[in-house]
Amino acid sequence: MPAIILSLFQVIFLMVLAPAVSWFIKRMKAASQNRRGPTLVQVYSDLGKLFRKDMVISETASWIFHLMPFVLFASTVAAALIVPVLGNHALLGFMGDAILFVYLFALGRFFLALAALDAGTTFGGMGSSREMTLSSLAEPAMLLAFFSLGFRSHTLSLGGMVSYFAGAEPFQVLFFTSLAFGALLIVTIAESGRIPVDNPATHLELTMIHEAMILEYSGRYLALIEWGHQIKQLVFLTLLANLFLPWGIAGSWSFPALGLALILYLAKVFFLAFVIGWIEIHLAKLCLFRVPDFLSVAFVLAILSLLGQMIVGRGV
Amino acid sequence: MEIFFYAQILLHLLGGGVGFLFNPRGAHASRATHGIAVLASLAGVVFSGNILLTGHGWFHEWRGSLPVGPLSLSADPFSALFILIISLLSLAASVFAIGYVREYQGRKNIASLGLFYHAFILAMLLVVTVQNAFYFLLFWELMSLASYFLVIFEHEKQEARSAGTLYLVMTHIGTAFIGTAFWLLFMHSGSYEFQAFRESAAALPLGLKNVIFFAALIGFGTKAGVIPLHVWLPRAHPQAPSHVSALMSGVMIKMAIYGLWIFLFSFLGEGPGWWGPVVLGVAILSTFGGVLYALMENDLKKLLAFSSIENIGIVLLGIGMALVFSSADQPLYKGFALIAALYHVINHAMFKGLLFLGAGSVLSTTHTGNIENLGGLIRTMPWTAAGFLVGAVAISALPPLNGFVSEWLIFISLLLGFESAEVTFHFFSPLLAALLGLAGALVATCFVKAFGISFLGQPRSHHAAESRESGMSMLLGMGILAATCLGLALGAPWVFRILGETVETSSGGFFSMEVFVQKIFFLSPSGFEAGRFSPLIIALVITVLLLGIVLLLRLFFGKASIRTGPSWDCGMPGLAPRMQYTSTGFSQPFRRILSFLYQPTRRVELEDEGMKILRTAQRFESRITQHVDEWVYQPLIELVGRLSRKVKYIQTGHIQLYLSYIFVTLILLLLFFGGRA
Repeated sequence: MPAIILSLFQVIFLMVLAPAVSWFIKRMKAASQNRRGPTLVQVYSDLGKLFRKDMVISETASWIFHLMPFVLFASTVAAALIVPVLGNHALLGFMGDAILFVYLFALGRFFLALAALDAGTTFGGMGSSREMTLSSLAEPAMLLAFFSLGFRSHTLSLGGMVSYFAGAEPFQVLFFTSLAFGALLIVTIAESGRIPVDNPATHLELTMIHEAMILEYSGRYLALIEWGHQIKQLVFLTLLANLFLPWGIAGSWSFPALGLALILYLAKVFFLAFVIGWIEIHLAKLCLFRVPDFLSVAFVLAILSLLGQMIVGRGV
Repeated sequence: MEIFFYAQILLHLLGGGVGFLFNPRGAHASRATHGIAVLASLAGVVFSGNILLTGHGWFHEWRGSLPVGPLSLSADPFSALFILIISLLSLAASVFAIGYVREYQGRKNIASLGLFYHAFILAMLLVVTVQNAFYFLLFWELMSLASYFLVIFEHEKQEARSAGTLYLVMTHIGTAFIGTAFWLLFMHSGSYEFQAFRESAAALPLGLKNVIFFAALIGFGTKAGVIPLHVWLPRAHPQAPSHVSALMSGVMIKMAIYGLWIFLFSFLGEGPGWWGPVVLGVAILSTFGGVLYALMENDLKKLLAFSSIENIGIVLLGIGMALVFSSADQPLYKGFALIAALYHVINHAMFKGLLFLGAGSVLSTTHTGNIENLGGLIRTMPWTAAGFLVGAVAISALPPLNGFVSEWLIFISLLLGFESAEVTFHFFSPLLAALLGLAGALVATCFVKAFGISFLGQPRSHHAAESRESGMSMLLGMGILAATCLGLALGAPWVFRILGETVETSSGGFFSMEVFVQKIFFLSPSGFEAGRFSPLIIALVITVLLLGIVLLLRLFFGKASIRTGPSWDCGMPGLAPRMQYTSTGFSQPFRRILSFLYQPTRRVELEDEGMKILRTAQRFESRITQHVDEWVYQPLIELVGRLSRKVKYIQTGHIQLYLSYIFVTLILLLLFFGGRA
């Protein structure tokens, strides 16, 4: 029973923490541009305000438009449920493996892309087409990175991988997984719509992808989408943190272990957020047709990771 | 229970003729013939369902005076599974047809449509039950011919006629190869009986085995539409009436899988290690080619036909891995891969059937299958849209529907390559799995396009604007398949168990099901631990989350107040349907990113009368290269043409000359055979 409560706490913790991580990156960017940036309270009150606002919905929109924010949010939270956060067991870790993880996001994206076409505007179609194109290229890289980790750890369950790498020799972990880390980092950038793939801070029709899809949304639907997007970003960062820097993750549900795990977890996630922010500050957005090259780097890294694992042999 | 099978066969025989008792162009003919088809399919469902649940097969033979052996029919669980798929899909298609065929009333001969429809289904049923090579080929031919007549049913269209001819040629090339494969088996075993083939499998010499392997692969591959033998499929399938397209894409191409399966896993015995990689190569080529062409297609039914090629590729990925495990002596994994392949066979039949019926429903009211002219159908035909959406989610392999279940199983089958004795597969099989992931993502893109452009947004033509929801029977037909898709997802472990028993009887694989189905709600192979998932729990979690979010929102923030307004038009009023993204536009990024594959060409023609500013006409043309057509078939056709011109010289048209040809041939034959004697 305490295990269930704690696992449930993990998910709620993720949902609450997600806007703060986005805030952190925003704040970093602001600092680099000599701006002050929003306060931490601001991001939460923005969400709260959106939830309370009335909605204006296109006359052309159908029930797909109304369904999408819920599907997107539910599939993101479902994915969060199978990711280990503080301990190496997720609440519904038994529900599915890394493949399910990838496809749950695909489910959300499918409806997101449909809803974008629903209002019948050019912006929506543009965003939808671009998002599906780029994510089609990111998905195999993500899968292959998971497969290469699974090859060594003999499992595809995210919790199982995390416990394997937490138990492995630190040097080994770094050596074997650094290439897969690179692949998943690129995928994380693409999936959370950050520079150099997409710019979350712009509404310029030439460059926008994610924003173009949700242009017609307002009020609580927009809040759900925005929050869901932040949770998605944090889920990916959590996965990166726990797979590639697994040390300190709680092996048991005891309070000292959990406390330590919590502190280390926050440190790792904010470190990774710093990396993402750093990349965002130092790179320009890529031309849309350059992004496939960027994503193919992820795919090649994943292949190399798999080859590397093969050369040194499987774990036990 | 065999009475149900006899009933099914008799009903199909009856149903084929019954239309002619009425006015062949009238409504009664349609109702009678399709009503009987519904009854026949129900009988088939009962018969095959019973065999699958009890595991007791059925066998009967009729001794006749033909020298080829008795006509023996048998339904072991493996055949019963195919009977079930045929019956379920023909049930839905027949219900659908009652409404759909109304469109032909008064102008086309519905009684003959019924005749070929029944003959087609009957032939497929017999193909999967017959136990004799001679009759197999006979029924196979019947199936091909009946489907040919269904393809050219709208023979007033030039496109249908030429597609029909191409289909007829290709299918006979395929049949020739299948016939050769059977003939070689006959030469070796001395009998046409399948039983004799099985018994003599172990004694087949390796060289002969390889020849038969390729003959069967090419022969059945032609019917299945694997690349590069697919050219007929995307042309012929869409030409048939939609409920027949559903059957052709849903089950007819699966007959080829059935045929290939019995060759690979019972007639040929153990093969050399390279068979697996060959099949995997064909599989990945079909998977990619199919989806890449589907992505560029703007015709709804053609798009679905290309996607069938892709799905056959996925099935073959499972079969290829089974061959790999078979030669590495890992029967457990072989069994798993076969179950995965079989699961995808069922799933594809159901969701592709659903999608074709959905396309038919659209076609019957808008009279156009061109996505560029559709749009906004979700408002005029909400139920069709819902059905098509279920199909689209399923085929895009998204949880929690059935497409994801079988795609996941194929993923795991490929990843079981980690455990393969062949070290190269440690690398290649996960790579194939990642490519399968890429194909899956492309399918999702393709169906976002297919559904999004046709059903969402504003209508792009008056056909779409004036569309109306289809009648009850058409919706019911789609409903049956949508419900089956959901059932195949939620009941996955149960289906898995039944398939396991089926595979065990059909492929001589010996493995304990308990190894795979550890808990009733989970699918999990134990050799590769913890790659597992539970479709039921996922569906439950997603539903609970959806309801939970709605409830919590209501609780915290009250009822949403919604105003409607026009879509954002950048402050310049007058958003027109023509301003929306088009289907061609949607897939443009891929045309550009993958231009080395598509090699697109575009032509822009501008007409102006002297003044560059005022253009009187603009034409735009964009096309992609159909590589197989241009690189394989065009040269082939030219070669045949050149050879014919060479041969032409001996054709003078004088009867005396032809008589002398006959005379010379006769003399030569006499000399040759006389010398021997």
